[in-house]
Amino acid sequence: MYTEKVMDHFMNPRNVGEIENADGVGEVGNAKCGDIMKIYLKIDNDIITDVKFKTFGCGAAIATSSIATELIKGKSVKEAITLTNRAVVEALDGLPPQKVHCSVLAEEAVKSAVSDYYKKIGREIDFDIGCDGCCESCSKEH
Amino acid sequence: MEQKKKTIYCDNAATTRVLPEIAAEVTEILTSSYGNPSGLHSVSREAKEILASSRKRIADVLGCEANEIYFTGGGSEGDNWAIKGACEALSKKGKHIITSKIEHPAVLNTLKALKKQGFEITYLDVYENGIVRVEDLENAMRDDTILVCIMMANNEIGTVQPIKELAAAAKKRGALFFTDAVQAVGHIDVDLRDLGVDMLSFSGHKIHAPKGIGALYIKNGTRIGNLIDGGGQERKKRGGTENVAGAAALARAVEYMCAGEGKAKREEILNIRNTLIDKLLSIPYTRLNGDREKRLPGNLNISFEFIEGESLIMWLDIMGVCASTGSACSTASLDPSHVLLAIGLPHEIAHGSLRLTLDVENTMEQTEEIYAIVKNAVERLRMMSPLYEKVLKGE
Repeated sequence: MYTEKVMDHFMNPRNVGEIENADGVGEVGNAKCGDIMKIYLKIDNDIITDVKFKTFGCGAAIATSSIATELIKGKSVKEAITLTNRAVVEALDGLPPQKVHCSVLAEEAVKSAVSDYYKKIGREIDFDIGCDGCCESCSKEH
Repeated sequence: MEQKKKTIYCDNAATTRVLPEIAAEVTEILTSSYGNPSGLHSVSREAKEILASSRKRIADVLGCEANEIYFTGGGSEGDNWAIKGACEALSKKGKHIITSKIEHPAVLNTLKALKKQGFEITYLDVYENGIVRVEDLENAMRDDTILVCIMMANNEIGTVQPIKELAAAAKKRGALFFTDAVQAVGHIDVDLRDLGVDMLSFSGHKIHAPKGIGALYIKNGTRIGNLIDGGGQERKKRGGTENVAGAAALARAVEYMCAGEGKAKREEILNIRNTLIDKLLSIPYTRLNGDREKRLPGNLNISFEFIEGESLIMWLDIMGVCASTGSACSTASLDPSHVLLAIGLPHEIAHGSLRLTLDVENTMEQTEEIYAIVKNAVERLRMMSPLYEKVLKGE
């Protein structure tokens, strides 16, 4: 049911871990629904110089987190918040329909981490994170 | 990436490998004794004899009359027929049905369909150990209760229900008792002379016969509507040319698992299972789901905290262990297994469940390997889990 890309990112996830004193940390999802993604950003001059993730969830959740970190590493925070769940799905060569919400969570985890960075540096958050920690809010997109 | 090893199949509650001798017998019947049992000529008579003797062999092992065994297409069909058939026959008497919260979807969804037709359903709790209490059934019984359906053994957590006592409680108040014994037949003793149930369904592919064959025991004198109106097969209750090869396979499988070599291996399977439970419970933040004693010999269901079941199953699969989970993530639903929720597990712990179901082909030697693979997978997934990170930091 999963593409080779998904299996590759599941078996060899990129950028797993934490960053001490990260400039931005975002956590979305909740344990009740079976998915939590946490993303850590190291940011230098608005450029994401390092990114790590930790994920509790299914194979697709791990793979979408992994590829999302690859997609934003080295990018500016402004670019990072334009990452869409569609781009995450495409980068994995597709996801089964019932797993598309994992890509939504990956998009939201990135936005949540960037918004944390904005908060820390006192910049106004001019974008919508999406996930409010309640799975019902995004279950419609399944 | 680690190399995939030889597959260790631990998903026998999902389905089993057809025994080679059963497969050979099926091929032989399909190619040699292929007649329609309703015909008059020699080829038909041969098929008719195989069908009759298969029915008799099953009845002999389970302790009933041959004409009380009705061949079906499998467990779900038997469940549907028993429940809908009984309701059709008894709806004038009452419209109340009692069941448990941990039934198979074939029972729960059948009851859901009947609810729409005006039947009222009471769902009995199973408590933390996954077992129905007889007094709860006694208290739930009403004058208009026509049917009680409680499974003999659960497919996820393997808990075995006190069917004899439950059936007696139902009979005392004049209700029919049906048990879905798909997971029980072949794995624990099933003696219809002793059980006191009116109907019992089981399936071939859970006991090393092919998919597509099963049977429903209907005690003589039980009022039940027809499943398929047709050419008079199965005592006019289930029309359609009989699956003769399947019936013979089912007979052979029942003999093997309920009386023969398969039965002789139950004790060994139990030992292997218990060894594996102890090994897996040595992994921290782990719990066994369902009563340890009153459960099927081959069933193991364990929750690992801080990880999610689908990813665990995927890792085990990569490493060559075939298993299953009660996590929601294998379905489109947000909720994990209704069985795990019914025994009181919080959602997040139910998501991290692992089911291993062992059978005649599993060995004690496999336990160390299975344990090592599961431990490795659990550690690996925990290391990338933000929930485990919090535990390590003492948050």
